[in-house]
Amino acid sequence: MTERRPYIVDDPARGVFRLNREVLVSDEVFRLESERVFGRSWIYVGHASEVPNPGDFRARIVAGRPVIFCRSDAGDIRCFLNTCRHRGATVCREASGNARRFHCLYHGWAYGNDGHLAVVPGENAYPESFARGELGLRAPARFECYRDFWFMCLDETAPALIDYLGEAAFYIDLVVDQSPSGRMQVIQGTQEYDVRANWKLMVENSVDDYHLPSTHATWLTYMANSGVDVRPKLDQGLVLPARGGAIDLGNGHFSTDNVNYRGRPVASWIPLYGELAKAEIADIKSELVARLGEERAARVAGTNRNLVIFPNLVINDGSSVTIRTFYPTAPDRMQVTAWALGPVEESASARARRLDSFLTFYGPGGFATPDDVEALEMVQQGLSNWTDDPWSEMSRGMGKPANEQLNSDEHHLRTFWRRWNTLMEAS
Amino acid sequence: MSTVSTRTAAPHAMDSAITREDVESFLYLEAELLDEWRLDEWQRLLTDDAIYRVPSNDCLDGSPEDSLFIIADDRERIRQRVLRVQNASCHAEWPHSRTQRTITNVRIAKVDGPLIHVAANFVCHRFRRPRRSYQYVGSLRYVLVHTPSGLLIRERHVRLASHELGELGSVSFIL
Repeated sequence: MTERRPYIVDDPARGVFRLNREVLVSDEVFRLESERVFGRSWIYVGHASEVPNPGDFRARIVAGRPVIFCRSDAGDIRCFLNTCRHRGATVCREASGNARRFHCLYHGWAYGNDGHLAVVPGENAYPESFARGELGLRAPARFECYRDFWFMCLDETAPALIDYLGEAAFYIDLVVDQSPSGRMQVIQGTQEYDVRANWKLMVENSVDDYHLPSTHATWLTYMANSGVDVRPKLDQGLVLPARGGAIDLGNGHFSTDNVNYRGRPVASWIPLYGELAKAEIADIKSELVARLGEERAARVAGTNRNLVIFPNLVINDGSSVTIRTFYPTAPDRMQVTAWALGPVEESASARARRLDSFLTFYGPGGFATPDDVEALEMVQQGLSNWTDDPWSEMSRGMGKPANEQLNSDEHHLRTFWRRWNTLMEAS
Repeated sequence: MSTVSTRTAAPHAMDSAITREDVESFLYLEAELLDEWRLDEWQRLLTDDAIYRVPSNDCLDGSPEDSLFIIADDRERIRQRVLRVQNASCHAEWPHSRTQRTITNVRIAKVDGPLIHVAANFVCHRFRRPRRSYQYVGSLRYVLVHTPSGLLIRERHVRLASHELGELGSVSFIL
């Protein structure tokens, strides 16, 4: 048997980083990822604001697993595998709602919103060994939360979520700091769309600012038409209108950290928001300064950041705040879900501005995301030649110190691939 | 390819009643302009304060002020959207998708002075190379304005019937 090619070639001394394209097309890799990546990492499930009241539930697919994300009658946020313990049917078939019980349509078993098995029709026909108390809905091995972001992990031995997040928690804090009370909420309206490309391409795309001038030329034109200066700062060695960094946050997490030029609802005015918005955005900024101090307020209001929590949660704090997650259904296919996030106490006008700003860039009808989808699908099509052209080139910026890595370099992408490789090479 | 050279959808004077047939002709004209990517002509069917909205599939009755939409364009955003999709750097629509729309179940829901509230159903087939086809199915809600020069669109709401966009992917063209 010949030795298989490595997934990555990582040779900093020679300035070489190459990705084996097989990892983007292979059924075997797809199968292994389910266990070694998604089975061992903390995976985003939902936000506390999506289940505000006892009995509220959301049924969703998390990394390929149907789960119920809900709040019990006692008020606790819970997560259960959406699978009947009897024969395996899903017990919650609505996307959202409020329920005291989840009923299996097949034989009528029913579970409380705390997971316990509440109803077994004709229970007296079971033998004495039937252990009803042990037949509550299964929960993922671990279920923990950071600042209202709830994650599950299928690996009992995984580190605590807070330790897993590590330095990435700081970047979540920067997003949540938009809210005076420290409470953000998911806004109603969900964007769910499929992309015919490998899921890891979406990870790269979410933080790779190198693609912006080419892939998003029409968005830059739109911004320019609206009065934003989008000329690249070529004299500073930048392909983009402002300087941005690429930050390795450890454990496979990473973020861009960019000087803002494109406007932020919290809180950098651009002409798109209209003259009337100036005063309110100035007020929002003043509140940030009073609460957080000048320096941190400048971080919150004057930078935009695309954060990836390994492996498949993206929080973009740019033209608006998006939570985006995605999972593969095949090597060349993924399902994407995106939400908008905003401070709970936001005024109606600020909320409307946030949502409008979202649509200038993000989502299936935005002025940018459809071109990302097209780019990823073109990559996937081109990868059909992987056996004859087996390597992707990923050395951009290699050799520079970490604190000089730009958002248009590939330092943060390499961070992802190294972590992914470590997990996949572990048996 | 058929052509429609003049806007003849509503030849009536302001004071004569608009019929369903008038509305149907108008909607068929619009569908033809969109399918043929004659977007400058299409924009001439819009009022200066026209809006174009596609709500998220799970929030069809929301408002774009408090709900995340797929598209919530005012007139200026529509103008910019058309500029974008006509640009060869709009990769999602270059080369242009081929689309073919069927408009059915047209009815006049309400007439309020010059405003005509119209409902219709649609199927929009979209094709892209290589071998990609998409079927957008849903309903249309219009507010049309009856002007001396014919009907114009003030509001255009497109509601998709599917529970999620899913395999439809993007709404990168004028749906």
